[in-house]
Amino acid sequence: MIAHSVFFYIFSLIAIVSAVMVTVSKNTVHSVFFLILDFISISCLFIMIGAEFLGMIMLIVYVGAVAVLFLFVVMMLNVAEQKGQWFSSRWDGGTHIPIGLLVSLIIFFELIIVIGGWKYKPDLLNSLSINISSEVTNTRSIGNVLYTDYILLFQISGMILLVAMIGAIVLTYRKRAGVKRQSYVKQISRERNEGVDLVQAEKNKGVKIDA
Amino acid sequence: MDSYFSILLTEVYKILFLLVPVLVSVAMIVWLDRRVWAFVQKRRGPNVVGPFGLFQSLADALKYIFKEIIIPASSNKLVFVLAPVVTMTLALISWAVIPFDDGFVLADINVGILYLFAVSSLGVYGIIMGGWASNSKYPFLGAIRSAAQMVSYEVSIGVIIINVLLCVGSLNLSDIVMAQQNLWFVIPLFPMFIIFFISALAETNRPPFDLPEAEAELVAGYQTEYSGMMYAMFWLGEYANILLMCAMGSVLFLGGWLSPIDIFPFNAIPGPFWLVFKILFLFILFALVKATVPRYRYDQLMKLGWKIFLPFSLFYVVLTSSFLLYFDLLPGK
Repeated sequence: MIAHSVFFYIFSLIAIVSAVMVTVSKNTVHSVFFLILDFISISCLFIMIGAEFLGMIMLIVYVGAVAVLFLFVVMMLNVAEQKGQWFSSRWDGGTHIPIGLLVSLIIFFELIIVIGGWKYKPDLLNSLSINISSEVTNTRSIGNVLYTDYILLFQISGMILLVAMIGAIVLTYRKRAGVKRQSYVKQISRERNEGVDLVQAEKNKGVKIDA
Repeated sequence: MDSYFSILLTEVYKILFLLVPVLVSVAMIVWLDRRVWAFVQKRRGPNVVGPFGLFQSLADALKYIFKEIIIPASSNKLVFVLAPVVTMTLALISWAVIPFDDGFVLADINVGILYLFAVSSLGVYGIIMGGWASNSKYPFLGAIRSAAQMVSYEVSIGVIIINVLLCVGSLNLSDIVMAQQNLWFVIPLFPMFIIFFISALAETNRPPFDLPEAEAELVAGYQTEYSGMMYAMFWLGEYANILLMCAMGSVLFLGGWLSPIDIFPFNAIPGPFWLVFKILFLFILFALVKATVPRYRYDQLMKLGWKIFLPFSLFYVVLTSSFLLYFDLLPGK
């Protein structure tokens, strides 16, 4: 078990340090890289407690897709402009600090509730209607629960995500003038007489070309 | 403490036993790629160094080792150096779960296919890091392009994997191979195999989808500022990824280590050879595509990924699952 706990402490140390670095580091892109490191070490922790499916999904969804989009947005920002704004000696009125404090206060109370709820964990485990056996792989046991007892909640969360996605597309979509679109059907269905015009050119007069 | 040490030693020995052949075959495969490419275009290709030019890759590697590594003054140095390392590492760690024979696998984990998928989706980071840290226009554009491209095609690869998993009922790669004992999945899932092949081309930035390094537009994309051994590492990582995609294709669709027919002259050949044959077959297809097809336009690439491959493979998921349900063939009950 020594190796197990050594790895646990290594991963959790990396997770905590990188979580702190996300907020502290001055370069926004570095923050995102630390966020990725945080995700990866948390998924390692998931794998260590035997939740291999969750760990892999964490890697695929958060690191493979979400963090890439984060990086996209952050790289597009003008980093030079906002360099060291948070820690700069120049006080910009601090409009974002009260909101930040409010959010962190709410998260703090939520954490207290979670930790307080820990006391009831034994009762909670007994009240579960699902019997978890260690022989079934956890991918299968998650599937057994998710697609039977909680199918409605699962479908609803999927619908909510779909609506959010469509909403984002509708909000950002705008029709721009002067965009040339390619239509394969139009290109293929062009006939010869539309493209080629045979003209009997008169001598010394030539042909008038319109458009 | 002693037992941990011995476990560590045997693991390191096993890893070396896997990685050294992979690295050597990456070098050989570069040579093969160039020879096939030359063959199609009626050229000779590299044929001078060693018999049939076999040592060309080694000569190239030597050249890269002795070249100076130039790190641009305005680059973000740590990330710049880290990028090729990340690419190379990610390309190599995924080989841990590829089964070469029944039980002949470094890490026989339950979620093998998810691991492969996760590691290949991490592959974007090497490119983004390289492109951003170079602090230069062309690498940055190349990195952005490549990230968008890889994320898009991962989606369709994921859906294709779901198709295969529906027929297997397990995420373990050895189970996936064993499920193909009677029928390789390339036959019932042939359209998925084609889409997987094309998506793999896009995922590894191979022609005709090599827009991130389109030399006519972006010089060399994210690799523009790299030189010497760091460039070589990008290059090796890229080819290791291509080999990995071929291995994934042969495990998912072509029956991994299984012989085509289970009769004497075929099943006498050991499994790893069959896997290598299949990987080589897929790789030669990759090389032929590179030699024959012109480069795609970026909007065509995105259209192909999102508007054609994704809906079609989703439709095929519905088709496969309804077929399995109707004929009561669902595995793992």
